[in-house]
Amino acid sequence: MDFLNAIVALSNFVLVPAIAYGSQLALGALGVTLIYGILRFSNFAHGDTMAFGTMVTILMTWWLQSMGVSLGPLPTALLALPVGIVGCMALVLITDRVVYRFYREQRAKPVILVIVSIGVMFILNGLVRFIIGPGDQRFADGERFIITAFDFRKMTGLQEGLALKTTQGITLVTAVIVVALLFWFLNHTRAGKSMRAYSDNEDLALLSGINPDRVVMITWLIVGALATVAGVLYGLDKSFKPFTYLQLLLPVFASAIVGGLGNPLGAIAGGFVIAFSEVMVTYAWKKVLGHLLPESLEPSGLVQLLSTDYKFAVSFVILLIVLLFRPTGLFRGKAV
Amino acid sequence: MKNLLMTSAAMALAAGPVAAGSHSEEITLGVLMGFTGPIESLTPHMADAAEMAMKEVSDSGKLLDGMTVTAERGDTTCIDASAATAAAERLVTAEGAKGIVGAACSGATTSVLSNVTKPNGVVQISPSSTSPALTTIEDNGFFFRTAPSDARQGKIMSDILMDRGIEEVAVTYTNNDYGKGLADSFEQAFEEAGGTVTISAAHEDGKADYSAEVGALASAGGERLVVAGYVDQGGSGVVRSALDTGAFSTFHFPDGMIGTKLEENFGTMIDGSTGQLPGTDSPGKDKFEEMVGDAFDATSPFTGESYDAAALILMAMQAAGSSDPAEYKGHVMDVANAPGEEILPGELGKALDILADGGDVDYVGATAVELIEPGESAGSYREIEIKDGEITTVQYR
Repeated sequence: MDFLNAIVALSNFVLVPAIAYGSQLALGALGVTLIYGILRFSNFAHGDTMAFGTMVTILMTWWLQSMGVSLGPLPTALLALPVGIVGCMALVLITDRVVYRFYREQRAKPVILVIVSIGVMFILNGLVRFIIGPGDQRFADGERFIITAFDFRKMTGLQEGLALKTTQGITLVTAVIVVALLFWFLNHTRAGKSMRAYSDNEDLALLSGINPDRVVMITWLIVGALATVAGVLYGLDKSFKPFTYLQLLLPVFASAIVGGLGNPLGAIAGGFVIAFSEVMVTYAWKKVLGHLLPESLEPSGLVQLLSTDYKFAVSFVILLIVLLFRPTGLFRGKAV
Repeated sequence: MKNLLMTSAAMALAAGPVAAGSHSEEITLGVLMGFTGPIESLTPHMADAAEMAMKEVSDSGKLLDGMTVTAERGDTTCIDASAATAAAERLVTAEGAKGIVGAACSGATTSVLSNVTKPNGVVQISPSSTSPALTTIEDNGFFFRTAPSDARQGKIMSDILMDRGIEEVAVTYTNNDYGKGLADSFEQAFEEAGGTVTISAAHEDGKADYSAEVGALASAGGERLVVAGYVDQGGSGVVRSALDTGAFSTFHFPDGMIGTKLEENFGTMIDGSTGQLPGTDSPGKDKFEEMVGDAFDATSPFTGESYDAAALILMAMQAAGSSDPAEYKGHVMDVANAPGEEILPGELGKALDILADGGDVDYVGATAVELIEPGESAGSYREIEIKDGEITTVQYR
């Protein structure tokens, strides 16, 4: 029984939140890694691209809510998501046409594109704040929980409760679907194969008759969709605030780099590595160990490795370690 | 050349009071608060209250032979010390403020006091800075507060929990002067009374996700979670996450968490939670709320303190017969405390008359002000409980 309690407490405070957070990071990191693999630069505007897509979705959600449309127990935002994706796709295509294309035609060095993307980041950030404001926006509706901690305790008679939020469930399901679709697209369609060819060797791909403009466009479309889905899931599960999306850039990049930049599989693994280490290193293990160990060995302290203040430092440290010992990342991406 | 400068400066100084004395003029007071930032939902009501006192005095026409008082607002942002200093600098040098009501947040108050008001010799009365560090700060007699120190709030908080038989709590605080000061003074008082604080962990404001913080708090355990944070910021985030994961279902809220936003955010989900905020059941409070009417929310925290802060500055000027901060700073304690005629809100005109005739007043105001050395409120608190999703008053302590 105590063993069960330990597992439940661990799931409630570590496993469930980390899996949800990891899926959100993985989706964000996939966008970063695709841009790096195919367009060959680190897109610092990615956090704010996520914020923009989410903002369009939120505005659409509010409109739907005002029309009385709802999805019953599911959040209305899922209905608005396609509109957000289209809005975000339009945005990234416009920025590519207006900004990035100029530098691509000049064959600018990646570092120049990185600086350019920082400029785009600031403009997008201002745009989002201008339209929706700098404050917190909550747009989740419908049923909040799949199961609440209280119900779980009553059902199982266990001392510990396990809460599963609807948004956490949706995050996981959506992430699995999106990732499956992406891999099917990259491996089994002509467009996907041409993207991979372009990523492997640009000149050879051009010689084989692959249209570079088309590859770039498809990449941006996919990135826009991924960014919006990641942003909306994060916003639904936590809350939407333009500034937190800017901060999200660090763990997202850490995930992409830890997994290996340019490698989609690595981005997913990296997302979960970062999320789990952030949560596990700062978790106080007293409760779990208290259930597992015999009474005489029960810890009196909190058994917490790092105070929660250092949560962001954890992603930095992992990033450093990986870059020192395996610069191409866990899954052998391109060298940074 | 140096002599010439000195002379003209002296003449300008001498001319000032003469001009002021000869005919009716304006006195400018600064209202310096975090109009943007973590307590932006509280400060507009506070500023309105301070300006209400100034208007009352202006309308009476009795201050220093008919001077009018104008308010000039400045934004401290609450968290950015350099922005706070710049705003105060503008009020004092460009607008010529003779006194400042503010700042609201303890960190902003500290930087404004040491960088602007103390060097420039301007009286500063904060309505809501409660950090214990401000008790011992070097102020040359220019700083007062109508809010009590958190050392006192920590003691009250400990008493409330002990009276309810709660002896084990977890504490989380917002990572700044206010949160840390309050958490420390509470922990000290609670442990002296025989209670146990299982964990005292900071949370950063402005994050989207507090599940890691709540995980640590839940693991440490406790009968209640004390949230020394802000209702507009991380405080609400921590409470939501604690409710979601079923880690805690009842909480204890100090003043920064109590506001209409708390009812809106959580409603009946936090029934049974308790809290306290500075407040009093003196007749002044009802009088104040009646005067305010629908002009702003008089039940919002620190509105009474703001009214009192502005009123004290103006009455001290009258008692000193001068709007020069160096002269009237010595009269602030006199007008606030006994002996003298008791003054309630809305009676500022009467108080000015008494003071003009050389009499004594004991200002009670909206919050039963009683200033103790070195110039801060002794403090009375309103104990509240959440019942059916609404903040209800239990008693006054």
